[in-house]
Amino acid sequence: MSTPATPEANQANEPHETPWSLWEVFVRSSRGLSHVHAGSLHAPDAAMALRNARDLYTRRNEGVSIWVVPADAISSSDPDSKGSFFESPQGKDYRHATYYTKSEGVKHL
Amino acid sequence: MASQNLQSVPAELSPEELEREQAGQAYFDRIISEDSRIEPRDWMPEAYRKTLLRQISQHAHSEIIGMQPEANWITRAPSLKRKAILMAKVQDEAGHGLYLYSAAETLGQSRDKMTSDLIAGRARYSSIFNYPAVSWADMGAIGWLVDGAAICNQVPLCRASYGPYGRAMVRICKEESFHQRQGFEILLELSNGTPAQKAMAQDAVNRWYAPALMMFGPPDDDSPNSKQSMAWNIKRFSNDELRSRFVGMMVEQVKVLGLTLPDKDIRFNEETKKWEHGPLDWNEFKDVLAGKGPCNAQRLERRREAHDDGAWVREAAAEYARKQAEKEYAA
Repeated sequence: MSTPATPEANQANEPHETPWSLWEVFVRSSRGLSHVHAGSLHAPDAAMALRNARDLYTRRNEGVSIWVVPADAISSSDPDSKGSFFESPQGKDYRHATYYTKSEGVKHL
Repeated sequence: MASQNLQSVPAELSPEELEREQAGQAYFDRIISEDSRIEPRDWMPEAYRKTLLRQISQHAHSEIIGMQPEANWITRAPSLKRKAILMAKVQDEAGHGLYLYSAAETLGQSRDKMTSDLIAGRARYSSIFNYPAVSWADMGAIGWLVDGAAICNQVPLCRASYGPYGRAMVRICKEESFHQRQGFEILLELSNGTPAQKAMAQDAVNRWYAPALMMFGPPDDDSPNSKQSMAWNIKRFSNDELRSRFVGMMVEQVKVLGLTLPDKDIRFNEETKKWEHGPLDWNEFKDVLAGKGPCNAQRLERRREAHDDGAWVREAAAEYARKQAEKEYAA
């Protein structure tokens, strides 16, 4: 990739197929746990995405259930506004049990 | 993709853009100094993105090309058990390539572009896979030395500052340890076999030792990008540091195998507390990287062939998906 390609080289072998869409894969590692993001892959449809996910992310019994989600169906928070978006909990220590110290030493509390 | 001049800021930035760049840089610098992780949608310097893209895609290509020397022995593995193990290992290499391509894609490069760069010969991959695997013992030496060197290199990469790369490496490292152990076992069994089998094991170790040491990359004083990669927390240790550690581990393990390393100059330097090895042929390394290795053309040809032979499968799958979607839409 560090060598600049010649125009001829660019013509040959250039992808002309429609690329398969991107899917995000979530795997439940065992019953009772949630599905956790494992990675992503390319597939033409949901059925193939599931099969590919099985082959790619559960070769060693890593899961008992798989979700695949088209990557473009996921909405996410804006990384540039991370400060303001997550501002609300700031300074609200009283939402944590550790805020209440007067009960220290009292049993079962 | 030129790699020069990446640090310079384009001249025609508006004041707002300039401000955004500076804020981005400050944020990036803080994340790096806290040894935290950069995620795909964060602002990052263009040079950081390019460095990662080059490193991760080359790494992915190496896994994919790395399937070939071993796949070559699947049909000739000495037992059904060995055949099954080898198939699992080659399948793992494919998996590792896919994890890494996914990580590289988060930097804005399409999978198809990476594939076409590889098969058109525009991309690089690890020089080690351009050496031939001529005997069954090579399956042992590749697992023990080549995968061993890869693990040594890759364990610190689990902490690379770019999140998706680190996560891919965690997954890969877990799986690589099986690879190294199965290679070690192949060599151990051969070493405890007939004199001819033992000689075959020794021959394989002799041939793979130096190329495995060169997998860590050029010596530190000839590795211009290392310093920046370490400042960015992509690399955690220098090439020579990792190579020296690897030599120290191999020195002990080769005794258990009942074999020897083809290097009379290995010694532990009491002053530096580091293992030292004999001279390596860096001209050979450069030649192999430049495409003059024993198997470069064959590896690329095989990769191209596999891609072309798979075209009808990709077309059929896409067409099936299209028809199913149509049916669903009509219903």
